[in-house]
Amino acid sequence: MADGQEPKGLIGRFFALPTDSVPKTLFVAVAVCLVASMIVSAAAVALRPIQAVNSLKDKQINILQVAGIYDPAQDVVEAFAAFEPQILELETGTFTDQFDIASFDDRDAADDPATSVALTDDPAGIGRQARFVTVYLLRDDAGEIDKVILPIHGYGLWSTLYGFIALEENGNDIFGLQFYEHAETPGLGAEVDNPRWKALWNGKKLADESGALAISVTKAAPAAGKDYHIDALAGATLTTVGVHNLVNFWMGEAGYKLFLDNLKAGNV
Amino acid sequence: MAHKRVEMLTDPLVDNNPITLQVLGICSALAVTSSLQVAFVMTIAVTLVTGFSSMFISMIRNHIPGSIRIIVQMVIIASLVILVDQILKAYAFEISKTLSVFVGLIITNCIVMGRAEAFAMKNPPLDSFIDGVGNGLGYGLILMLVGFFRELFGSGSLFGITILETVNNGGWYVPNGLLLLPPSAFFIIGLIIWAFRSWKPAQVEEREYKIQTVEAH
Repeated sequence: MADGQEPKGLIGRFFALPTDSVPKTLFVAVAVCLVASMIVSAAAVALRPIQAVNSLKDKQINILQVAGIYDPAQDVVEAFAAFEPQILELETGTFTDQFDIASFDDRDAADDPATSVALTDDPAGIGRQARFVTVYLLRDDAGEIDKVILPIHGYGLWSTLYGFIALEENGNDIFGLQFYEHAETPGLGAEVDNPRWKALWNGKKLADESGALAISVTKAAPAAGKDYHIDALAGATLTTVGVHNLVNFWMGEAGYKLFLDNLKAGNV
Repeated sequence: MAHKRVEMLTDPLVDNNPITLQVLGICSALAVTSSLQVAFVMTIAVTLVTGFSSMFISMIRNHIPGSIRIIVQMVIIASLVILVDQILKAYAFEISKTLSVFVGLIITNCIVMGRAEAFAMKNPPLDSFIDGVGNGLGYGLILMLVGFFRELFGSGSLFGITILETVNNGGWYVPNGLLLLPPSAFFIIGLIIWAFRSWKPAQVEEREYKIQTVEAH
């Protein structure tokens, strides 16, 4: 504003107020907050569809990888059509159609008291467990189940690790294991993403001949033998313990035990 | 004027580096330097946030009341950081996964606040923008230097490309686990500050005390 010139209009007089006066302070505070919140919410709303596509695609890529059929050249959505998603009721070990597969969200289900239980015995450190989970079936050309991909999660050192385990049709042989979301220490705990470590899971067995769960992720090989043992990650004791606990939890009574029994008996 | 602006951009790289001379932004430098790729994205994000936040703050600097100026600066900085985070999640999903919480923590980076308070509140928008970008780049330069050493000797790779084949992957190199942990960044930053100040003795701070000698009688 030029000197000596009377500010004109309401807005002009307002801007001419001393910066430190109370009305101007309030005005600036409100105006800055309004503009900033509008920009942030506009960005969040505008970008949400792209973000949702990204995270869905990421999850699908991980399911493809754990089943060993990921091909970077192929379209993810197309390749993913090979899977048959099903919602599994853990208490009965059978599939249910109470929910719509397309809109069912595993993490929402774990938060909702109607579809989840609070755990008292909670070795995996997950707090609440959903009673229903989305599992993925891969069928061979004859329509027989070839592999089942089961979601698993549990607490490591810093974060909850979310992943999938792929089992062969006999419900006991592990085909692969992979985590798609975690925040473990880079270079140490985050070595759960190391392809060489993930490859160790291939061909291992969950339960021994008597049917008892024998799988372990430890430093020293247990008595059960190397078919049931995955070597621990060096320098990542707590992440390893977390992985050991979460695999045992999900493969045990509170997890997929009933479903795997059904699978072995051919009732799926 | 043009000459001065170039100087404003290059000055924070070595002569007035925010990390080595002003010793700001150390905390995030510890967190994001274990791999070069993360350090690089962080550099870009901090440079953009520092540049644009300085510019916007400078644009309204004559209307910011002194009593709430820090909060006004924070609101602007925080909004820009959320914007960067959202854009990364939408267009660089893989990288945003590895950066996780660190993008959000740009808000707490002292360099951004420091430039807003020390420079943008007193200078016109374009100069403030250049100053912000320069300081972001100065921060990034140190991040990349630290990241280079940490990733090369900690994981045997650069930008995720294997340089030294590690034992874990069947090679010969036994990686130095310390370099993957945050404290190692302290040592490296300390060594860099030492190197910078030996190269440019003008940066050495004056002692706050003098060791006195007492003559024996």
